[in-house]
Amino acid sequence: MTGRTAYVVGAAHTPFGEAWDKSYRHLMTDAGLAAIQDAGVQGEDIDEVFVGTMSTGKLVGQEHVASLLLDGAGLADQHLPATRIEAAGASGGLAFRQGVQAIRSGAADVVVVGGLEKMTDVSDADQAAVTASGIDQEWEHFFGATDAALHALIAKRHMARYGTTREQLAAVAVKNHAHGARNPLAQFRRPITEETVLRAPPVAEPLGMFDCAPTSDGAACVVLCSDAVVDSYGGKAVQVSGSGQASDTLSLSDRADLTSWRATEHAARRAYQEAGVSVADVDVAEVHDAYTITELLAVEDLGFVKKGEGGPATVEGRTGDGGDVVVNPSGGLKARGHPVGATGIAQVCELTWHLRGTASDRQVKDARIGVAHNTGGTGATAVVHVLEGVQ
Amino acid sequence: MTVPRFWREIPQRYNLQASKCGACDAIHYPPRTVCPECRRASIGNLEEVKLSGRGTVLESTRVHKAAPGYEAQVPYTLALIQTEEGPVITGQVVDHDGRAVSAGDDVRAVFRRLGEDGDAGVIYYGTKWVLA
Ligand SMILES: [Zn+2]
Repeated sequence: MTGRTAYVVGAAHTPFGEAWDKSYRHLMTDAGLAAIQDAGVQGEDIDEVFVGTMSTGKLVGQEHVASLLLDGAGLADQHLPATRIEAAGASGGLAFRQGVQAIRSGAADVVVVGGLEKMTDVSDADQAAVTASGIDQEWEHFFGATDAALHALIAKRHMARYGTTREQLAAVAVKNHAHGARNPLAQFRRPITEETVLRAPPVAEPLGMFDCAPTSDGAACVVLCSDAVVDSYGGKAVQVSGSGQASDTLSLSDRADLTSWRATEHAARRAYQEAGVSVADVDVAEVHDAYTITELLAVEDLGFVKKGEGGPATVEGRTGDGGDVVVNPSGGLKARGHPVGATGIAQVCELTWHLRGTASDRQVKDARIGVAHNTGGTGATAVVHVLEGVQ
Repeated sequence: MTVPRFWREIPQRYNLQASKCGACDAIHYPPRTVCPECRRASIGNLEEVKLSGRGTVLESTRVHKAAPGYEAQVPYTLALIQTEEGPVITGQVVDHDGRAVSAGDDVRAVFRRLGEDGDAGVIYYGTKWVLA
């Protein structure tokens, strides 16, 4: 990579879960101020702001949120450019990439990137409508498809093609809940057993309640800076060494292969190439496990394991604590929670803590290279970032 | 605007009207304005064709947590249907009376009521599938 480099110098997110006592703007302000404090930046140092959020209009009746959130942080008088980014589940990851590009282009030296969603205190119908708005409304949802049902079709195809078992899917949830139990900011902090997953009420066969990420409230924020100013922000910097984004057909029905997400493959290839790393170098990854099946697709399409081996690899502990690459040490979307727009930013927060060596009792030992992977819908958008510790 | 409120303006949704590329003969459903293979060469060179409504189940799932408007039908079967002309279509397989639906099963399209708009009370229709 030539030219300017972006660094993460501040990272924070709110506890994920139900935050009925906090308004939308309070959640973002909490995360934003904590990230700014972590970085040690002043309001007047900030050049630009991005925020990733999927559905404020449907969930809280508010669009035009970038200026609103900047105002909430007490920064309206700086008159900064503030932009909202949306790509369903990938909204946070795309907002982060916009921040990285603003720094690389020379347009900014310090960028604040937030992500948030407030989803739990609305009706089930509104929640369902929002989740479904990331799939094709006219040609999937209208005919009875839900986001979970489409993922169930992917799971069944993966099972038929690669011999993936129901128990292997369950192993993803068991692993991520065990990880979440060590994360004080996670929505679910209790280990679960395979039996819990298998006996949960069905959602769309073979997926049950414990195969699906929960709905959550939460906000996350990171501060990015350029190499020109990184030295003034202390020794906590983590380098963003690769950034890749890709897309695919919105409808699952238009894919030649249901069991690989091409957008993930392309985004990963671009990010690894830019970073000059090979997949074997990756120590820790935060991947988009909106469903148990999507973690299997992710570890395969990111190249951590061979295609079709995601299930056995999970059962054998190759993606768990002490494995080849520790996947979702935070608990992932499954246990940390999934306030949609916040997820992509929370992934970067988690990696930043591991690469700084400050992830307390869930610290991945000697973590040097981390990968963040964030997707939208059934993989029509994917964004992958490579982060490296600076020592 | 919700989908139900504009369904009447899109006849393709209930009569399986597809597009055929004059350059490569590929058939697309939903119909396209540009063929993804031929791109520029296909513009102005696409004709309307109607799908036969015959196909096979590519993959299916039993849905227990319904899409809004489908609550009364749970559990219902949702499938990807491989049509004989090529396009794959997402839809419900109905009237199979407890008989398991499996990949490879032959199906045919039927025209059915899909639901109604909660606010406006407008009933809307579309394609579902039954075992052939
Ligand atoms: Zn063509």
